[in-house]
Amino acid sequence: MSAGRFAALALTVAVAPLSSGVAAAARLHRVVIDHMKFGPLSANVRVGDAILWINHDMFQHSATARDGSFDVDLAPGKSGKTIVRKTGAIAFACKYHPGMTGVIKVAP
Amino acid sequence: MLRLFAAVGAAALLAASAPAPAADAKPNDAQIAHIAYTAGTLDIAAGKQALAKSHDKAVRDFASEMVRDHAAVNDKALALVKKLGVTPEPNPTSTALTTAADKKRDALAKLSGGAFDKAYIANEVAYHRTVNGALRDTLIPSAQNAELKSLLRTGLSLFTEHQAHAEHLAAKLK
Repeated sequence: MSAGRFAALALTVAVAPLSSGVAAAARLHRVVIDHMKFGPLSANVRVGDAILWINHDMFQHSATARDGSFDVDLAPGKSGKTIVRKTGAIAFACKYHPGMTGVIKVAP
Repeated sequence: MLRLFAAVGAAALLAASAPAPAADAKPNDAQIAHIAYTAGTLDIAAGKQALAKSHDKAVRDFASEMVRDHAAVNDKALALVKKLGVTPEPNPTSTALTTAADKKRDALAKLSGGAFDKAYIANEVAYHRTVNGALRDTLIPSAQNAELKSLLRTGLSLFTEHQAHAEHLAAKLK
C-alpha cells in the first residue's frame, strides 16, 4: 500500500465514527411490507427520523402519507426511505392498494 | 360469471380428476397451475379492455393495478412451473373460466362510459370473489408442492385486496 493510499484510508477510518455519530441522532425505523400488509412500526418515532420501507412482496407498492408529507414508490423486493417531518399521527397507505393502510405516531 | 363458474367450475373440478383411478375430486398441481395462471391472464385481459375504454381515473387506476399485479404473479408462476418441471395442464375449470370471461368481455365491449365502468367493476367484484373462493377452498388445500401452495397463498392475499378495492369502487359508482 502506498503512503498516499494509507493516509487516505487512515483519514476515512478516523472520520467514519464522527459521521456515523452525527447520523445516529436521527434514527432509522424499519417497516417490512409482506403479503399485502404494512408490518408493525416502532412506537418511538421522532421528527427527523428516517423510515426504511422494505417491500418483500412481488408487487409494486408505495408508502404514501395521506397528508402528502411523504410518498415513496417501492418496486418489488426493493426498499425506500422517507424522513418524518412533523409530529402527530400520520395516516398512510399504499397508493396502488388502498386497502393497505397504517398510522405512524410521531413524537416531537 | 359468478354463477357460471360456480356451477361449471365445481363440476369441472370434479370431472378433471374423474379419469384418475382413485378419483378424489382434487385437481393436481399441473391443473392448479393452469387454473391460477388462466385466472390471472383473464383478469389482465379485462384490465386492458378497461384501460382502452374507461375514462374514469379511479377505474383506470384499478385496471392498471390488475394488469400490473396479475402479471407479477403470473411471471412468478411461470418461473416456478419451469423450475419444478411441471407443464400446466388445461382442464375443464380453466376452460370454463376462459369461456365465461370471453363472453363477459364481448358483453362489456358493447358498453361505454359509466355503464361500462359499473359493469366492469361489478364483474371484477364477482370474479375475484369466485377465484378467491376457489383458491381458498379448493386450489390451496389441494396443492401438493409447497412452493406452489405458497405462491397461491401470496396470490390469495393479493386478490383479497383486489376484491376489497373493487367492492369499494363498486359502492362509489352506484
